[in-house]
Amino acid sequence: MAVHRQRHQRPRNILWRKKGCHCSAVGQRIQEPGRISHVPDRGCPTTACFNGLDAEEEVTVGGQLRFFGDGYQSSKVIAGRRYWRVPVMEGEFLVEEKFGVQAAIAGGNFLILGSDPTVTLQAAELAVEAMRRIAGVIMPFPGGIVRSGSKVGSQYKFLKASTNDAFCPSLRGIVDTQLPDGVNSVLEIVINGLEERAIEEATRVGIEAACISGIRRISAGNYGGNLGKYKFHLQEIMKKASTK
Amino acid sequence: MTILTLKTKLEAPLEAAAVVPDRFAGKTEADIAGLEVAYGNETAHLGDFFHVDGEGTYEITLEGDLSCVKNIAAGMTLGKVAVHGDVGMHLGAEMRGGEIHVHGNADDWAGAEMKGGTIHIRGNAGHGLGGAYRGSRRGMNRGLIIVEGDAGNETGSLMRRGFIVVTGNVGDFTGAFMIAGSIMVFGSLGIRAGAGLLRGTIVTLRDPELLPTFRYDCTYSPSFLKMVFQDLKNHGLSVADKYMTGRYRRYSGDSNRLGKGEILVYDQC
Repeated sequence: MAVHRQRHQRPRNILWRKKGCHCSAVGQRIQEPGRISHVPDRGCPTTACFNGLDAEEEVTVGGQLRFFGDGYQSSKVIAGRRYWRVPVMEGEFLVEEKFGVQAAIAGGNFLILGSDPTVTLQAAELAVEAMRRIAGVIMPFPGGIVRSGSKVGSQYKFLKASTNDAFCPSLRGIVDTQLPDGVNSVLEIVINGLEERAIEEATRVGIEAACISGIRRISAGNYGGNLGKYKFHLQEIMKKASTK
Repeated sequence: MTILTLKTKLEAPLEAAAVVPDRFAGKTEADIAGLEVAYGNETAHLGDFFHVDGEGTYEITLEGDLSCVKNIAAGMTLGKVAVHGDVGMHLGAEMRGGEIHVHGNADDWAGAEMKGGTIHIRGNAGHGLGGAYRGSRRGMNRGLIIVEGDAGNETGSLMRRGFIVVTGNVGDFTGAFMIAGSIMVFGSLGIRAGAGLLRGTIVTLRDPELLPTFRYDCTYSPSFLKMVFQDLKNHGLSVADKYMTGRYRRYSGDSNRLGKGEILVYDQC
């Protein structure tokens, strides 16, 4: 049975809504006690970042990133919310001053095991497209898809995470593989959400959308069953859906 | 709601600074009729000129030709004022909050030095819209003014914050000595727009005659304009899609001063 685990030790996360592109908004990471905060990436072409979470607690994001403008930044208050315009080489980066924060869950995931990279990518894109319609979740990686899923630990002391060798097709013959026959490519979709139910629902619609011809199996990163306190059992999620 | 209907023809200016929701709330009809106003050089009472209908609330409606009535809703902090007819000078001047809706024209200095709230004029506005009085260091400082018509000279002069939208044309010296804030003009700008601009934004959808102290930067689609147009749609204005998705030429200035202001001109090409 596949078990989804919280990937990060600290389950606090900023959620944001992006506009303009599908690349990662995890441009910078600010480490604060008890919190992992993902902040928008001003370096990503065409990106503009807006607060999508009305929460009691807020953190200043655009209000800090504005200093990148080196005095050429300007702000606009539109419909009672302040935005910062930061001139960049590509044009102009627009970011909202404050973002809502609340306790949330990071690192839910599932793996799509396909016969070749083309069909696996197609399945992953269909899954992400369906999952984006679910409120309260984000898929934080570029395009919502991860090619290089990781396992906890490494043979190197300085590295806390390394390639998920059990799911690497090119290592099938030399490691304790978890790939069934006929699988030649694996992609991961990582889900961060405000609550368990939202992640479960996103997982369900994602898996349903990903099950196209050429996909041999759906699995998940388990991380030894000892990472984080939230567990998402794929079979139970799908069973719940079928009994609705 | 309190309804004030003008019952006499005014032959001199009537200074009606008492007509603000803050002063009406909780008063009886008689109390409201007894509020002091200045008629020419004499002190009079509101009831001498208006028929008062309804107890005092935070919602006031005025009816009649009020083009000689000054200072309506000046300094208001909350509530709603609706005017059906033309209105005189200093409408909503120095207001801090609330809403004013004018179904007619407004005279000079509407929203002058306002610090919050919304003024929506469904007609033309006079000179000094959202501007600074003579000798003042700052004009409008927060708030929103929408004029669905033309506006006069010195619109938004010395403006510090806030937003002025004029769907028609504006006169000369729009945004003169503006400190910050935004002015959007759907029609044409008069001459010397943005003279002495420190910071702030002037947007126009027609090609203006710019001062030589403004320099061309680039042609692009500013993301924030899409949000501004969407907000204006929410206020009931119609905005063509081409302006939301179109490109704008950016000119920086006024280089005679700080030069961090901008004039954005819709690129017809």
